[in-house]
Amino acid sequence: MKKIITTPITYEQIKDLKIGDTVYLTGKLATCRDAGHRRVMQEEVLPERFDLRGGALYHAGPIVRTGPDGTFTVISAGPTTSRRMESVEAEFLGKTGVRMLIGKGGMLEKTAAACKRFGAIHCAFPGGCAIIAADRIRKVCDVEWSDLGMAEAFWEMEVEEFGPLIVSIDTKGNNLFANNQKAFAERVQKLKEKL
Amino acid sequence: MENKEILTRLLVEFIRTASIRLPDDVEARIRTLAADETDPVGKNLYGCMLENIELARAYRRPICQDTGMLQFFVRVGTRFPLIDCVEDCIREASLRATESVPLRPNVVEPLGERNTGNNTGYGTPYIEWELEPNGDSLSILLYAAGGGCSLPGRSKVLMPLEGMEGVKKFVYDTILDWGVNACPPLLVGIGLGTCAVTSAMLSKKAILRKIGTHCENERGAQLERELQAELDTIGIAPLGFGGKHSVLAVHVECAGHHPATLGVGITTSCWATRRGGIVIDRGLNARYTMHTVGEEV
Repeated sequence: MKKIITTPITYEQIKDLKIGDTVYLTGKLATCRDAGHRRVMQEEVLPERFDLRGGALYHAGPIVRTGPDGTFTVISAGPTTSRRMESVEAEFLGKTGVRMLIGKGGMLEKTAAACKRFGAIHCAFPGGCAIIAADRIRKVCDVEWSDLGMAEAFWEMEVEEFGPLIVSIDTKGNNLFANNQKAFAERVQKLKEKL
Repeated sequence: MENKEILTRLLVEFIRTASIRLPDDVEARIRTLAADETDPVGKNLYGCMLENIELARAYRRPICQDTGMLQFFVRVGTRFPLIDCVEDCIREASLRATESVPLRPNVVEPLGERNTGNNTGYGTPYIEWELEPNGDSLSILLYAAGGGCSLPGRSKVLMPLEGMEGVKKFVYDTILDWGVNACPPLLVGIGLGTCAVTSAMLSKKAILRKIGTHCENERGAQLERELQAELDTIGIAPLGFGGKHSVLAVHVECAGHHPATLGVGITTSCWATRRGGIVIDRGLNARYTMHTVGEEV
């Protein structure tokens, strides 16, 4: 059976999830990537109409079409590389109370420690599967920071069974991609020894 | 209709096809790798990729939201009747495709970081020119360079004594460092030349080549086979979760180099590699070289 997480996300909902588990998200989801993180951390500005506390944040820069009546349609919306946000994400989690990060690939030690400290998780959405993602977005509710451009704007959306989301950092701070990276590095070491 | 308009429209449709559908060789290779994968998570992820390929085709939407930076590799015959208009038509087609496909406006101005909003700007779309003496047709390869898979790209000049061992170490480390985030299985292009620039350009040419073709230089072809087998033992695909493979293929392109340098360039392209080929004759009849055209596009 599908494990579904709903927003606002409580610690209770996610505390027993383990790395490698697959979950889906129903509720509110906002996109935020490089420039959005810069805005929150350096300019100390928060989005005005979206409650980040207990929220889910998607590292993504979607293609959104604006209709003649001003309504938005998400055309294509796969994840972007989460690791680009590593330098600021730990502090970001502390500052905003976000409980679920979603992106491509994993994140590093600082974010894993912050997930443990603040009771949050990181999930990987399969990279490049942008139409599957767009298909699970029911509507765009709002957009903030559109001055940053389509990809970097803070899009606020309603999603239904958004996923698959594979838990890559759990609330204990376990880190699936860090474990994988260790195994990959050992295999590279073996290759080098054979040269 | 004016010939310039006909050419522009052909190019808009070409950009559309290349943004929505994977080239035949790439899709076929993904199907092969998917069938070969035994890990249950890996099998599921390949299933998502295949579902996404089908949905993009059915909805006629760009297969990935990162529709990339449009890069055109043009070979134009000096007697192609519209030779003077090609650049204008490419630029205009990029603008129109951004609106009509739609593509994500990706181009940000150098240094200023402001998004131009229409995928054109200073030096973009990127066009690389080659002239064909006495030819009368126009042949274009399009590569849509996504951010995630452009990130691992690097180029470096080794000392010749470092030899193939040095080249291989550089490739392993590059794939280990950023490969996971580039959406593996990856198409890996390796360029061997004199300096950072020529090697990088050769590595780009390498990924423009169809999977299943091999380097014309026998030693280059051997390096392709070795690196492909070696990179697969790292097992970063699909998508960094780990499995039997890392790459769609490894392609090597090489050129004669200075005796005191060994330049190595690396370009990677994601599982959703968007590239296309079109040949347009003097009568403006077009044919695609990388996509089988069905009824839908």
